[in-house]
Amino acid sequence: MSTRRFFAVALVVSLLVAGVASYYASSHPDGLEYVAEQTGFLDSAEDSATADSPLADYQTTGVDDARLSGGLAGVIGVVVMLLLSTGLFWLVRRREPVDSDR
Amino acid sequence: MHVPDGFLDAPTSVATGVVAAAAVAVSLRGARRELDDRTAPMAGLVATFVFAAQMINFPVGAGTSGHLMGGALAAVLAGPWTAVLCLSVVLLVQALLMADGGITALGTNITLIGIVTVAVGWAVFVVLRRVLPKRLDLVAPAAAVGALVSVPVAALVFTGLFAVGGNAPVDLAAVAAAMFGWHTVIGIGEAVVTGLVVASVVAARPDLVHGARPLIAERELVTRKVVVS
Repeated sequence: MSTRRFFAVALVVSLLVAGVASYYASSHPDGLEYVAEQTGFLDSAEDSATADSPLADYQTTGVDDARLSGGLAGVIGVVVMLLLSTGLFWLVRRREPVDSDR
Repeated sequence: MHVPDGFLDAPTSVATGVVAAAAVAVSLRGARRELDDRTAPMAGLVATFVFAAQMINFPVGAGTSGHLMGGALAAVLAGPWTAVLCLSVVLLVQALLMADGGITALGTNITLIGIVTVAVGWAVFVVLRRVLPKRLDLVAPAAAVGALVSVPVAALVFTGLFAVGGNAPVDLAAVAAAMFGWHTVIGIGEAVVTGLVVASVVAARPDLVHGARPLIAERELVTRKVVVS
């Protein structure tokens, strides 16, 4: 598989996972939240300062359809992640010729 | 295991923030050795995939769920230093954009999910790679075992932080037992996802898997150092 093709497949998989499959994710509390509730410290949690962000809780503000709202938030997240992380790693990478055993 | 604001007191949050900042600084230097023109885009995709995969909560019974943390996965695919940066970017985007994990808790989350799961997952993987036969098809199972161990260890580290700076007076033994128990089950999911993803990448492009590189290099290189301890 060519490198370009491999990267394209990885991106499409990420978009499908975040944009489509995420709708079917379990809505039960996660391990930490569940334990916090059971043992009695869940109430000490405070709302995040970004709780009013347009994408808070992976839902897009103003989009009523739950599937679309969550899917859009996931896709936006994936695009932001791709730009931010690839940009960072591109800046950090070494530029000199590479030893083949590294 | 995204810790919200309020679970831990300010001094503990500041301390984990310092630990996280130091780890990111050290990782920025370490990642330079792992990243080149070919592996930098790969690392970007690893971080992006981990973000996407963390949206998928899988049920683990009794009204609880878990999702991939991705420390072991990112470390095996992109290298441990790069993995710390991958998870840090994921947690930053989640905290700022999605309100997933607190803002004052960002250092705590980077410490638990970005440092502990990467360090434990990678350490277990490297030990297994050393003792197992040098075969490419054993990379994914070794990564899966690293993933399995990394999750309950992170849960215990959280409990330790909670013991020091928890904001609610609760029975610590109960917290430790419940955190360890549930996250061992979640760790099985972590192992399955990590194993499947690493196996797929090894099948398609083993040269892009950081943790597989010594095995590929060994086939091509005769020169090796023998370390006598």
